[in-house]
Amino acid sequence: MNWKYILLPYFTLISIFQFQICNAQVRVVKFNTMDSLLHKNSDTTLVINFWATWCKPCVTELPYFEELNKKYSSEKIKVILISLDFKRQLETRLNKFITENKISSEVLLLDEPDYNSWIDKVDSTWSGAIPATIVINKKSRLFFEKEFTSYAELSTIIKPLIQK
Amino acid sequence: MKTKLLSIAVLFCTFLFIAATPDAGYKPGDKAIDFKLKNVDGKMVSLADYKDAKGFIVTFTCNHCPFAKAYEDRIIALHNKYAPKGYPVVAINSNDVTKSPEDSFEAMIERAKDKKFPFAYVYDENQAIATAYGATRTPHMYVVKKEGSDLVVKYVGAIDDNSDDASAVTKKYLENALDEIIAGKEVTTNSTKAIGCTIKWKGTN
Repeated sequence: MNWKYILLPYFTLISIFQFQICNAQVRVVKFNTMDSLLHKNSDTTLVINFWATWCKPCVTELPYFEELNKKYSSEKIKVILISLDFKRQLETRLNKFITENKISSEVLLLDEPDYNSWIDKVDSTWSGAIPATIVINKKSRLFFEKEFTSYAELSTIIKPLIQK
Repeated sequence: MKTKLLSIAVLFCTFLFIAATPDAGYKPGDKAIDFKLKNVDGKMVSLADYKDAKGFIVTFTCNHCPFAKAYEDRIIALHNKYAPKGYPVVAINSNDVTKSPEDSFEAMIERAKDKKFPFAYVYDENQAIATAYGATRTPHMYVVKKEGSDLVVKYVGAIDDNSDDASAVTKKYLENALDEIIAGKEVTTNSTKAIGCTIKWKGTN
């Protein structure tokens, strides 16, 4: 029995598995993918937050969205974090940030540099400043161009939406 | 007594309404105000000081924001191209220094020196100018044109369609607007939007 033949495939499998974990964090999407989320007519309440790793107020409010995602995971609430980081910094900044901060919400990197072509489609009142957040479900659609200052402030907005 | 109460209530509601209505700031066609703000060279700068200018590229920017940084070289190039045509850049930093220490006046002086800004970089310390213009993010551009004694807003918004990669730009929104203004034409696209860092306001949050 040569252990080499057992251990080699074993370590190969493990390394592939780890590689996939590390790279499964952020999906790079185009506007169409995000737009379909914005018009999804489901019972799930989507909380979509626009942010970037370099945006200080965004990073400050991120834990509130993480907490929301964890606390309401069984109640048809889904947090999606849409990063506006530069695509070339996906590995060096975004994935690193996600790993270091153990972000568990789904993160998408929106690769659409012509901001003017899609900002109005998200919300016509949005100036383009981040952070910005949309809360959508079948019955309502709320848009916030602001930073949430506490978990309580964020959850107060979400609670009435899921009680219906 | 009842009417008095009612009128007070109406008055109160009117105030509430005024307070709750977000001020969207300048749109193309609006008259812009001039200002008197301290430049990085220590002198006070007003748009009225530029006797020969036909208008201005008023740029709300700052030191720290990656988007503002990504556009610094392009803003310098804009000034070098359009100042000789009568449209110099005047850059304004309106960020609250307590929220964003990197945007202090001293740091502005450093940044202007490092990047050799060929234009005025002034400090809107009390944020009155960003408020009046309705600037929300950095960079946020306003092209204003002198018409008699007025400064008329001709363009509001983004510089171009790719903040990350200047070589991948396909739509030069701001330059197109300037070229049309200089040619005496109506501006085709006079308002655009862009992702940017929020202006860090005093006292909120």
